[in-house]
Amino acid sequence: MSDRFNLNTQVEHLQNKYVGTGHADITKYEWAINQHRDSYASYIGHSSLLSLFAVAENEPIARVRYNCLEKMLRPCGTPPKKEEGM
Amino acid sequence: MSGLGSEDRKRKSQWEEQAEEDNHPINTPRQTKRSRWDQTPQNSSSQTPQSTPSVRKQSRWDQTPTAPSATPSAQSKSRWDETPVDTSGTKKSRWDETPIGSTTTLGGATPVGTSGMMTPTAAQLAQTNPELYNQLKIEQDLDYRNRPLTDEDLDNMLPSDGYEIMEVPASYIPKRTQHVPSSTPLPGGETPYAMPEDRPMDAYGVQTIQPGPDMPELKPEDMKYFGGLLEEKDENVMTDEEKKERKIMTLLLKIKNGTPPMRKLALRYITLHARDLGAEPLFKQILPLLMAPTLEDQERHLLVKVIDRILYKLDDLVRPFVRNILMVIEPLLIEEDYFARVEGREIISNLAKAAGLPTMIATMRPNIDNHDDFVRNTTARAFAVVASALGIPSLLPFLKAVCQSKKSWQARHTGIKIVQQIAVLMGCAILPHLRQLVEIVEQGLKDSEIKVKTMTALAIAALAEASAPYGIESFDTVLRPLWDGLKKHGGKSLAAFLKAIGFIIPLMDPIHASHYTKTIMDVVIRQFSSPDEEMKKIVLKVVKQCVSAEGIEPNFVLTKILQPFFASFWIRRMALERRNYKQLVETTIEIGVKVGTTPVLDRLVPLIKDESEPFRRMVIEATAGVINKLGSASIDHRQEELLMDGLLYAFTEQVLDDSPIILNSIQIILNALGTRCKPYLAQIAGIISVRLNNKMAKVRQHAADLINRVAAVMNLCGEESKMGHLGLILYEYLGEEYPEVLGSILGALKGIVTVIGMDKMTPPIKDLLPRLTPILKNRHEKVQENCIELVGRIADRGSSHVPGKEWMRICFELLDLLKAHRKSIRRAAINTFGYIANAIGPSDVLATLLNNLKVQERQNRVCTTVAIAIVADTCSPFTVLPALMNEYRVPELNVQNGVLKSMSFLFEYIGEMGKDYIYAVTPLLEDALMDRDLVHRQTACTVVKHMALGVYGMNCEDALVHLLNYVWPNVFETSPHVINAVMEAIEGLRVALGPCIMMMYVLQGLYHPSRRVRNVYWKIYNILYIGNQDALTPVYPVLPNDPDNNYHRGELFYCL
Repeated sequence: MSDRFNLNTQVEHLQNKYVGTGHADITKYEWAINQHRDSYASYIGHSSLLSLFAVAENEPIARVRYNCLEKMLRPCGTPPKKEEGM
Repeated sequence: MSGLGSEDRKRKSQWEEQAEEDNHPINTPRQTKRSRWDQTPQNSSSQTPQSTPSVRKQSRWDQTPTAPSATPSAQSKSRWDETPVDTSGTKKSRWDETPIGSTTTLGGATPVGTSGMMTPTAAQLAQTNPELYNQLKIEQDLDYRNRPLTDEDLDNMLPSDGYEIMEVPASYIPKRTQHVPSSTPLPGGETPYAMPEDRPMDAYGVQTIQPGPDMPELKPEDMKYFGGLLEEKDENVMTDEEKKERKIMTLLLKIKNGTPPMRKLALRYITLHARDLGAEPLFKQILPLLMAPTLEDQERHLLVKVIDRILYKLDDLVRPFVRNILMVIEPLLIEEDYFARVEGREIISNLAKAAGLPTMIATMRPNIDNHDDFVRNTTARAFAVVASALGIPSLLPFLKAVCQSKKSWQARHTGIKIVQQIAVLMGCAILPHLRQLVEIVEQGLKDSEIKVKTMTALAIAALAEASAPYGIESFDTVLRPLWDGLKKHGGKSLAAFLKAIGFIIPLMDPIHASHYTKTIMDVVIRQFSSPDEEMKKIVLKVVKQCVSAEGIEPNFVLTKILQPFFASFWIRRMALERRNYKQLVETTIEIGVKVGTTPVLDRLVPLIKDESEPFRRMVIEATAGVINKLGSASIDHRQEELLMDGLLYAFTEQVLDDSPIILNSIQIILNALGTRCKPYLAQIAGIISVRLNNKMAKVRQHAADLINRVAAVMNLCGEESKMGHLGLILYEYLGEEYPEVLGSILGALKGIVTVIGMDKMTPPIKDLLPRLTPILKNRHEKVQENCIELVGRIADRGSSHVPGKEWMRICFELLDLLKAHRKSIRRAAINTFGYIANAIGPSDVLATLLNNLKVQERQNRVCTTVAIAIVADTCSPFTVLPALMNEYRVPELNVQNGVLKSMSFLFEYIGEMGKDYIYAVTPLLEDALMDRDLVHRQTACTVVKHMALGVYGMNCEDALVHLLNYVWPNVFETSPHVINAVMEAIEGLRVALGPCIMMMYVLQGLYHPSRRVRNVYWKIYNILYIGNQDALTPVYPVLPNDPDNNYHRGELFYCL
């Protein structure tokens, strides 16, 4: 038992080291934040996506990138109150 | 000795009480040796009427020397009574001793009359090891058998009728030789004596030695700790405390002596219930056990494991016991046995994690300025372990304070020693803190106490050694004081200073290194002739470090160092001790690398023919080392002759040892000389063939080994005929009886076959192989290994020389080898299956292997599955898969699992070739993944994993999705191996299918109402996330906005 215990806790420990991994009690808000941040990070990493967005928004690429970076701070607005919790 | 001493006293007295109360059974078989030393739990009811209770009560501590003789006894023949009466005055000293301080060992036959030593002190106990204990057991057994016979014994032996007991003639004066008993009785008065048959157990009041039906056996030496289990007690009468105690005792006994399953259960129980059982009762029993002198390595390991587990569970509850635990564990840190040290470290590090730094410091703080060197030493080591467990930075402020302590030099000494131990323990991990650590110790160099100075130098040496080759800038501040110290000191402290500088020099840049080396070399060379062993080692190390440093010119070494170095170190005495030996060889090789082969060999070669064998071995090893590094180009003809002559002399004169050093060295040197060996080969071959015929097994073995080593060179020199000749000789000797020699002979044949090839081999392969087949049956590992490798080689390269029938016969023999203990044998056997299958076609071999899947033994089956997979790999899978899949229809668990397992290995080996077979095996996998048997599903999952990873990017997604549908329902399995296999299959499929498809599966359960479902699904989600974070962004679900929050991610919906 202890072996399995160890093995699983090891895996989970490993997973928990990464920001953005989830767990059974994660709220919709927390998960959504991770999704947004990951998405923006991904957009910034793919320059072709950035150019596409730039054309679509009629903004310079640098501005689009800047917007992405800015939006990473509180991408989904203020966190919901605790007791509401979902 | 404040803490330790008092604690020890307590322990000892407990032990003593125990021994006295303990009325237990096996204690002593020598009833006749009644004396005050026996004071033991002897069962007085047995055969000794005259041992009155009053005598028994007399504890050995009340020390009226006349007491024993006061009991008039008919058994005064016992030689124990002859022991000179001990003077009681000195008795007390034992209690004043620090237990560890005394160095007498039990084995040393404590002579009667040495006061205070009659019973082993705890210190002695601590030093007893199991071997010693067993030796004692044997000796005491002999003592018992050789004891003088009592009247009673004689009565028992001789019939009473027809015999008369004669008066001893008045003139008879017995010759009293002082018999020194081999040792004092063992702790607790019990002699480690296994029950003799002729004396019923009842005599000791023991019913059984097995405490319960499903309990492991008690060893006699365990009685002291587990004796309580033997008392029949009613559970209802016991208090809770007693029940707990008994429970713990049972568990510990199961862990210590039980079978693996028993142990496992007990360990699990004790771990889970550690908090319920409570820290105190647990440690109260474990710690004395751990201190037991009779503890075997394995048992110690198990107990350490127990402590480890319960430490985790108890966490902060251990705090009150930190002191006790440390006291028991710290001595492990300086144990000779490596594993004992490692386990000691492990416990202390876990203890530190559980109890926290403040507790650890508070507990160990008092020991830092203990006046006992031993206590300080262990404390320093324990602190180093704590530093490695909790991180160096957390300990730095404390160390700083200790090293500047004004109170006593001992504290400073310990503080610096801690730094040294940290460096030794953690190696290059100290680099980030190097500067601070150096700063902490540096003022120790100016200390008024010489010991502190020495320790500081040693600490700096350790720091420099650990940080090499970086960090010279941190040592800037200590260079000057070290330098000055060199001039001021002598003896041990000089050695320490030299060591420090010797380790710092390699860190310097070339110019500085050269400068410093030149300046210290005079001191070093002066110390060459020092008689001090420690100094010798350090000087050798310094020379090695300096010589290998960049920036030292060869010329300097040549003119300054070489002559005195050889004069004072290449002497016979250096070969005697292992560490000196190694150090000298390394240093010489280093010098050789610096100055070139010739000057070193000029000095070494004449020494090869020395009469002392260890010395010859050392010379040859150094020579080979130098030649190995530098090649043989600069060896001239004359030197080459001398060298070969010396080598052969050393080889023929080798008698002492089994170490392969000389053979290895000969191989290295011959290979380096290459074709230049040709003139000597005739002589070598001659020596070999003569010695193969020698009467002594060792000589024959060495000769055969040498063939193996020189085969490559012989081939290089074009001496095929000679090898053929040797091959024939070896062939004749295949009937050898000594397995060691036979193994070497087979190895030699293998060496020859490898270099001259199958076609040119004499004896021809078709004659050789049939002789090998019966040898495969040999059970000796060396023979098996060499034989199977030779057969494998023949099967690989020269299978056509032998008829298929013979190969089949070998196949059957090989099945037996799959049982071998050594992995290399099993691996060689499995590979040979592959070669044979390649040679004679897979069908026959496969039939044999598939049949073997039915055997009971697991290892055998596993090896068979690997062999099947290898056959499939070498002969293409389509030749094997049909038969294999057909075999799956056999309704037998082992066979079906075996088939699945071979498929798992098969798909692992064939990799992307698997794409051609994936559709063929899918129905079988479907069936296996739906089977009720867990192992079926587990193994099938492994197959899916390997398959998926193999066919990544090969357009097999349809089949894989289909399989995924069968794998997926298994995600809720709890059995560890199964869930592991399932997760791996899912991960394999993630790679092959991409995370998007997997995400669709995962989304179904991320917010499932049941937590158990959510747990699993989030775990899989995390696997996906870590593997393909970026690729997941387009497939995240679209979340509806809340009044407060905006969850919309619109960018990807842009359309131009």
